[in-house]
Amino acid sequence: MSEIVRDHILELFGKGFRLDGRKFDEYRNLSVEYGVSSKSAEGSARIKIGKTEVVAGVKLELGEPYPDTPDQGSIMVNMELLPLSSPDFESGPPSIDSIEISRVVDRAIREGKALNFKKLCIRPGEKMWIVIIDIYPINDDGNLFDAASLAALAALKDAKFPKVENDKITYKEQGKEKLPLETLPLSCTVCKIGNHFVIDPGVEEETLIDARLTIGVLENGELCSLQKGGDTGLTPEEIDTMIELAIKKTKELRKVL
Amino acid sequence: MAYDKRLDGRKFDELRPVEAKVGVVPRAVGSAMFKIGKTIAVAAVHGPRELYPAAFQNPTSGVLRCNYNMMAFSGSGDRVRPGPNRRSKEISMVMEKALMPVVDLSAYPGSVVDVFVELIQTDAGTRCAGICAAAMALAHAGIPMKDLVSSVAVGRVGGKIVLDLSKEEEDYEGHATDIATAFSIRTGQVTLLQMDGPLTREELKKALELAKKGCEDIKKIQTAALKIKYGDSK
Repeated sequence: MSEIVRDHILELFGKGFRLDGRKFDEYRNLSVEYGVSSKSAEGSARIKIGKTEVVAGVKLELGEPYPDTPDQGSIMVNMELLPLSSPDFESGPPSIDSIEISRVVDRAIREGKALNFKKLCIRPGEKMWIVIIDIYPINDDGNLFDAASLAALAALKDAKFPKVENDKITYKEQGKEKLPLETLPLSCTVCKIGNHFVIDPGVEEETLIDARLTIGVLENGELCSLQKGGDTGLTPEEIDTMIELAIKKTKELRKVL
Repeated sequence: MAYDKRLDGRKFDELRPVEAKVGVVPRAVGSAMFKIGKTIAVAAVHGPRELYPAAFQNPTSGVLRCNYNMMAFSGSGDRVRPGPNRRSKEISMVMEKALMPVVDLSAYPGSVVDVFVELIQTDAGTRCAGICAAAMALAHAGIPMKDLVSSVAVGRVGGKIVLDLSKEEEDYEGHATDIATAFSIRTGQVTLLQMDGPLTREELKKALELAKKGCEDIKKIQTAALKIKYGDSK
């Protein structure tokens, strides 16, 4: 980004404004569309945050439970930063940025116990469901962390078990039974830019982030996951302020899904 | 059993419902969505930009580079393993060949024009939908072109020549013949031709005529979508 744009953004911040006129704690327009790939995926959804657009799809596979959790199913989250969605992304093996988002989304769903993992087990020690969530940005206009997490949860909400015959999935007809989704652990990423706490950064703002904290929040306001990023440290007081903001904002996000 | 009526009730020369839109990826220079039946393709153009490694550069012209990818959840059946495979690499290559005859990159030596095509949902005809979306995205990006490229599958199902096969038809009695075609309507050239299965010389002639008619209809929809974006000059 050019220096003049950077200086302009920082100068505006000092006056209490953002580039697009939003408040520091304001999301862009949020929308969700379910079933964007309903013919092929067991569940799918599209999330738009302003001009940022992310799609997610859920596929189910049958597998053998892991020896340490013989009575539970499992999940897998995969995010690919498509070069289609931004001139800054390149083809090739998963970048560290895509791995981080995948893992942060995975952690919130897993540790927030969004799914009842015991209900994903078919026969203990023998057969379980593996829920695979694939997330793809269509347009990266900033804040892929929150968009990816919302898209993954929306796709889970949309998902239904496929039909099974003789321990094999049959795709001849679509199933009706929903996945055992018990709660929605929503993530909100709070960014520190200079002395300001900012949410839902645009692409220009993202290049200025000093530190960020992605906070997973449960329905009861309890936290279920944290991930700090960025090159500077945060004081415990700052962390507390960021968490307070995330709890407030995830209440708004809950109305979207 | 004679194939008197198509599985989805269409006429033999009828396309599935088509939708097209440009500008779906604001961060790209040009972009388009093309939907035919349940197959949904999104294409985005990045560039012209410098091509690295430099050994791949062409000092006299830009290079067109296509990349076809199915999203992991977009297949009918099991999850598709992410990442390139032999099929997607071949399709990327034939897409380049299908588009090159109409694209003029002589103004961009040493550069690459990247076209990324993602399939969100598939139900047969994905490379054709991808080419339709890619051609619109290139036009939207303002890349010099002689014409759009329009693309559709034709084939033989149960002895009948049909336009725009669905997945069900591809699998009909285990032996349908599937031909992927693309046309530059203005120059009358075929820029993509791939066939799986048996067919007589006469049937191919008939099939190509049918494909051309289908592509003419598709071109109208592609053009209309571009005009919505840029406004009709009339």
